[in-house]
Amino acid sequence: MQLYRDDGIVLRTQKLGEADRIITVLGRSTGRVRAVAKGVRRTKSRFGARLEPFTHVDLMLHPGRSLDVITQAEVIRPYGQRLAGDYPRYTAGTAMLETAERFTPEEKEPALRQFLLLVGGLRALAEGVHDSRLVLDAFLLRSLAVAGYAPALTECARCGAGGSGPAAAGGKASRVVPPGQHGAGRNVSAFAIAAGGTVCASCRPPGAASPAAATVALMLALLRGDWDGADRSERRHRVECSGLVAAYLQWHLEHSIRSLRHVERV
Amino acid sequence: MYEGVIQNLIDELGRLPGVGPKGAQRIAFHLLAADQADVKRLADALIEVTERVRFCRTCGNVAEAEECRICLDPRRDPTVICVVEEPKDVAAVEKIREFRGRYHVLGGAISPIDGVGPDELRIKELMTRLTDGTVTELILATDPNLEGEATAAYLARLVKPMGLRVTRPASGLPVGGDLEYADEVTLGRAFEGRRLLDV
Repeated sequence: MQLYRDDGIVLRTQKLGEADRIITVLGRSTGRVRAVAKGVRRTKSRFGARLEPFTHVDLMLHPGRSLDVITQAEVIRPYGQRLAGDYPRYTAGTAMLETAERFTPEEKEPALRQFLLLVGGLRALAEGVHDSRLVLDAFLLRSLAVAGYAPALTECARCGAGGSGPAAAGGKASRVVPPGQHGAGRNVSAFAIAAGGTVCASCRPPGAASPAAATVALMLALLRGDWDGADRSERRHRVECSGLVAAYLQWHLEHSIRSLRHVERV
Repeated sequence: MYEGVIQNLIDELGRLPGVGPKGAQRIAFHLLAADQADVKRLADALIEVTERVRFCRTCGNVAEAEECRICLDPRRDPTVICVVEEPKDVAAVEKIREFRGRYHVLGGAISPIDGVGPDELRIKELMTRLTDGTVTELILATDPNLEGEATAAYLARLVKPMGLRVTRPASGLPVGGDLEYADEVTLGRAFEGRRLLDV
C-alpha cells in the first residue's frame, strides 16, 4: 500500500504494548487519524518528543490493516512546550484537543476548518496575549459554528425576533422589529441551551438562563473575533460566559468534555 | 478450545498486559509440563503478593508493612523528597544509587483528557508531608512528557509560597545516542541546560 504524507496536530496519545503508542492526529487533509508510533516510549526512540500532544507535526504514514503506522515525524511547531509550563493554559489547551476530537467523529473524514481553527487556537494560547479561558471559549464557540451549531446571540433562536436586548452592543441599541411580526418589540432576554441560543420573552422555555447583557455581548465578541471587546470584559461576565458555552457545547455534542472540569482560570 | 480448567487458565493468562491468546496458550502448556514444585512456587508468590503488598501510608510506594523500606530507613535524608508518578519510578531512581533522600509517589500524572485532575493524585498527602518544615528540597521527577511537565508545573506553583528549593531532573540527549537523531525539542532542552566544562 502507498505511503502518504500529511501535517497535523497530535490530539491524544495512548500506550500500546511494551514501548509503542497510538497517536491520534487531526490532519490537514486526512482529518482525524489514529496511527501507531513504534518504540516511541523508549528513551532512544527516533520520534522522541515529536509525537506529544499539542505538537504540529509533518508525518509520513503507512496504511495498516486497522491502524496506520507512523514512519517519519518532523516538528513544525511544538506548542506543548509553552503550554505544559503554565497550568491554566495547559488545561485550556487539553479541553481544545478533546473538543476537536469530539467534533471529528469519523476517522479519515477531512475537517480542514476544524484543523485550521485548532492551529489558530493553539497559537493564540501559546502566544499568551489573551486570557487562556477566553481563547478556549472562542475556540469552543467557533467549533460549534463550524459544525453548524452556532448559538443564536442577536435574535430569538425560536421565532427569529430580536436585534435589540442584551446581544446588541451590550444592550444599548434597540433595533425595532416591525409591528405585527411574531415576537416584535420583545427583547431577547434569556439563553436557552436546548432552543439554540438567546430567546425572546414569549418563547422563553422554563429553566432558561438569564445571563447579563454583557455576557451575551462577550459571547458574540468571541464568536466574531472581536478581541478588543473580549479583553475588556469583566471577570464575572467571563465566568458566566464559560458556564453557558460549556453547557451549550456539551448539550449539542451529546457528550461531556472531561477536560472542561479541570480547566483553571487565571 | 480446551477442557474447563485449562481453558480457565488460558483465559486468565490472556488478561495479563502484553499477553495475547497465543502467548497465553504457550504459557499454560509450559506450566502443565513444568515441575510441580516450580508451579506451586509461582502460585504461592501470586497469592502472597496480593495478600501482603500494600501502599506505604507515607509515600505511596509499594510496601509490605504500614510503611515502605525507604520511609523506615533512618539513614535516608528526610530533608529531600523526590516526587515520582509510579512505584516503578522509585525503582528506576534507586538504580542510580546516588539519591539518598525519600520519595513521594503521586499515582499518575495530571491528564484532564483522561479525567485525571490534581484531586485524583496523592497531592494532598504530599502537602501534608511538607507542612512540618523538615523538607527543604523537592525534586519533581515526573515523566519528561507533556503530562509529567504539566504536573511538575502545577506542583511547583503549589509549593512556591513554602519557599522550598524545587528542582527538576535535567532533560537532554541520551547517553550513547547520536546527535543527528535527536528530536528538536530534546536537543533544544539539552542546549538550554548546557553546562560549563571546567577543565
